[in-house]
Amino acid sequence: MMDKWTFGITMLVVGMGGTICTLIIFSLIMSALKKIFPYKKEEE
Amino acid sequence: MFDAMMGGISGLVAGFVHLHWSNVVMMCIGGVLLYLGIKKDFEPLLLVPIGFGCIIVNIPLADLMEKEGFLRIIYDAGVITELFPLLIFVGIGAMTDFRPVLENPYTFLLGAAGQFGIFLTLLLALALGFPYKDAVTIGIIGACDGPTVIYVASQYAQHLLGPVSVAAYSYMSLVPVLQPPIMRVLTTQKERVTVMKTHQKTVSKTTAMLFPIIITIIGGLIAPKGLPLLATIMLGNLMKESGAVSRLTKASENEISNIVTLLLGISIGATMSGPVFVKPTTIVILCLGLVAICLDTVCGVLFGKVLYYVTGGKVNPLIGAAGISAFPMSARVVQKEGQKYNKKNYLLMHAMGANAGGQVGSVMAAAVMLSVLKGMGII
Repeated sequence: MMDKWTFGITMLVVGMGGTICTLIIFSLIMSALKKIFPYKKEEE
Repeated sequence: MFDAMMGGISGLVAGFVHLHWSNVVMMCIGGVLLYLGIKKDFEPLLLVPIGFGCIIVNIPLADLMEKEGFLRIIYDAGVITELFPLLIFVGIGAMTDFRPVLENPYTFLLGAAGQFGIFLTLLLALALGFPYKDAVTIGIIGACDGPTVIYVASQYAQHLLGPVSVAAYSYMSLVPVLQPPIMRVLTTQKERVTVMKTHQKTVSKTTAMLFPIIITIIGGLIAPKGLPLLATIMLGNLMKESGAVSRLTKASENEISNIVTLLLGISIGATMSGPVFVKPTTIVILCLGLVAICLDTVCGVLFGKVLYYVTGGKVNPLIGAAGISAFPMSARVVQKEGQKYNKKNYLLMHAMGANAGGQVGSVMAAAVMLSVLKGMGII
C-alpha cells in the first residue's frame, strides 16, 4: 500500500492533469465540429 | 389491569424516553434546512425534503431506516444502487443548454480550472488523517454537484453520504454569498470592468447534436469508471437537442426529475440520524467542503486572470468564477458582480459558457478520479 502523500500527489497530478487534458480534447473537438458543420442561417 | 394500563402508557412515552440529545440537535438542523429552503429560497427542491427527512429519522422507535422501514426501502432502491443521482443527471442534461460553451470552446478550460478544489481538498483530507476513499469522497464536494457527490459517496464511503450531501447542496445554495468576496479580493477594478464582446449564435444543430455523442464516447474511453455519470447527462442533452423525443425530454425535465429529487432528498435526510451524524468528523467534513468550493472559485478566477493577460485584456476574469458546476446560479452571480462595476457589461452568456464547461468539468473530474483510483488498485 502506498503512503498517503504518494497517493495524494498522484491524484492531484494525474487526476487534475487528466481532467484538463480531457477538457482540452473536448475543446479541440468542438472547435473542429464547428468548422465541419458551420452554422447556417436557414437552420432558424 | 393496572399493569396493562401502565404498559400501554409506557408505549406512548417511549419515544420521549428514548430521545437522545443528538436527535434533538439534528431535528433543529432539519428545521434550519427547512427554513433555508422555504424562507430563504436556497435550493428548496432539495433542502425541504432533506430537512424533513432529517427531522423524521430522528424520532426514536419509528424505525424508518431499519429493515422494512419506508425510508430504508427508498434509500436501498435508489441511493445504494446509484439510480437516483443518475436519473437526476438525465434531467439535468435535458435542462442544460451547452451552446454557450460550444460557441466559445475555450471556456471548457475555465470548467477545468474550477475543479482544482476537488484535488486540493483531497490532499487536505489526507493530511487530516482520513482514509483514501473517504478523502476522495470529501474532495468531490468541490465538484459543486450534488448527484456526482452522492454517486461517489454511495459507492465508496456510504457512511459519509449524509455529511457530504448536505455540504454539497448547502454550499451550492450559498454560491451567491461565498463567491463575490473571493471575486473582489482576487481581481482589480480594471479587470472587473472589462467588457467582453457578445457573439452571434454560431452553433449548428448538427454540432449541438454531435456534442453529447462524441463527449460520451471520448470521455467514456478516457475514464470508463465515470461513464454512468457522463452518459446520463449527455443522454438528456441529446434528447433535448435532437428534438425527436420531446415527450421523453419533458418527462426527464419534469416528472422524472421531480419524483427522483423528492425521493433522493428524503433519503439523504434519512442518513442524518443524530448518533451517527453528530460527531467531530462531520464538522471537519463540512469545513473541508467549504474550503473545496472556495478553492474552486479561487482557481477559476486566477485562471480567468491568466486568460485576461494572454488575450490582452479581452476576457473578464470574473467569468472564471463560473467554472464550477452550480448551474446557472454561478453564471448569474458573475453577471451581477460584473454589472456592479460596469452597468454596460453583459457577462451572462460568457459566464454561462464557463458554467456549462464547469458542469462537464465536474463530471469529468469525478470520472477521471474514479478511473485513476481503479488504475491504482484502490477500488
